[in-house]
Amino acid sequence: MSRAALLVLADGRFPAGGHAHSGGAEAAVKAGRITDAASLEEFCRGRLHTGAAMTAALAAAAALGVDPTGLDRAADARTPSPALRVAARKLGRQLMRAARATWPHPELDALAQRFPKGAHQPVVLGLTARAAGLGPEDAAYCSAYEGVSGPATAVVRLLGLDPFDATAVLARLAPELDRVAQDAVDAARRAMTDGVDALPARSAPLLEIGAEVHAGWPVRLFAS
Amino acid sequence: MHLDHSHHGPSAVSADAHRPDGTRRALRIGLGGPVGSGKTATVAALCRALREELSLAVVTNDIYTREDAEFLLREAVLPPERISAVETGACPHTAIRDDISANLEAVEDLEDEVGPLDLILVESGGDNLTATFSKGLVDAQIFVIDVAGGDDIPRKGGPGVSTADLLVVNKTDLAPYVGSDLARMAADAKAQRGELPVVLQSLRSEEGVRDVADWVRARLAAWTA
Repeated sequence: MSRAALLVLADGRFPAGGHAHSGGAEAAVKAGRITDAASLEEFCRGRLHTGAAMTAALAAAAALGVDPTGLDRAADARTPSPALRVAARKLGRQLMRAARATWPHPELDALAQRFPKGAHQPVVLGLTARAAGLGPEDAAYCSAYEGVSGPATAVVRLLGLDPFDATAVLARLAPELDRVAQDAVDAARRAMTDGVDALPARSAPLLEIGAEVHAGWPVRLFAS
Repeated sequence: MHLDHSHHGPSAVSADAHRPDGTRRALRIGLGGPVGSGKTATVAALCRALREELSLAVVTNDIYTREDAEFLLREAVLPPERISAVETGACPHTAIRDDISANLEAVEDLEDEVGPLDLILVESGGDNLTATFSKGLVDAQIFVIDVAGGDDIPRKGGPGVSTADLLVVNKTDLAPYVGSDLARMAADAKAQRGELPVVLQSLRSEEGVRDVADWVRARLAAWTA
């Protein structure tokens, strides 16, 4: 495993399209559920233990070599909101482009061919980690961290929140993020033998509903 | 540019001159510049001037709405399937320079769905004087400023003004009303840009977008040569 490759993949400036997505934060800000650093922290904590726990497990499983087509179906089944499924595939396609240019690998080529309009982002992320010589822990960490860093960055733009406060929120969530990543890897290892049903299927109804409402807005800053 | 690159499956690298099936892709021209300088109006005028002779499409990058795409639709400058809007997460320059993936998808989808295309115009959301396009996204770029934004903009320079392949100083008809000195703007632009071309235009005049359209035709002739 190369620690430096992990930094390249986890870098917020890795050009994979994430900057245009708020992870549900824009809808939550508009609804008055995020107003300051404290409510951002609660939002991120909720996201970490639901959507991010699920995507981290999918990414870890893909990194371990679980069949990506099956994982993509599992991701669909775990994402009730059509708007979120569209966003996940869009981000998957964008990550795929960056990954193939960065760490060319036949498994990435095969997945791109199988899903020309994009597989679910965490599945692509797991395979990207694999192509970069990284392991399931790395994939799980990247996915779980994206799950909270995306909303935190978006809220800095949406509310003019002090960027130091937003970063401190992420630091306070770090110990929980460690546990979520470890659980994700454990679930992914079970999926190697027991199939994708061993992966967590946690969802956050308010995030799903918020995503559907957000997709219908005529005026918005973020794509999701 | 990776002119001799070849890939299996969907293309991975953006600047390849050829599509996965081996055909030459469309020329991509970016239009950037400050808010309100007339980027969308220039795109609309270019579509009207070129649509009879070329197969073309437009990608817009609105800051927070589909406003620019809807303007083009309302003006009916192109059929709706030839206009695509990209959402930029409050950072228009990121989407055209630092992380171009959503825009690349938009141009590739347009080529797949309404191609073959000769030309794709990629319009940036209104931004600041440092916003320029990545060479991985466009083959040439036009920077649009206007006389009402202040006649000191060419002197101030910045990457857009000094390095764009074409600088357009728009709304010259307003110069007398806002006290802008066109000769000074032209001289300052020349000093910033050396041999790079500058067009002073008013879309309200008879010539309209003619000079810019001629420049686009020349770029396309060089691209297909």
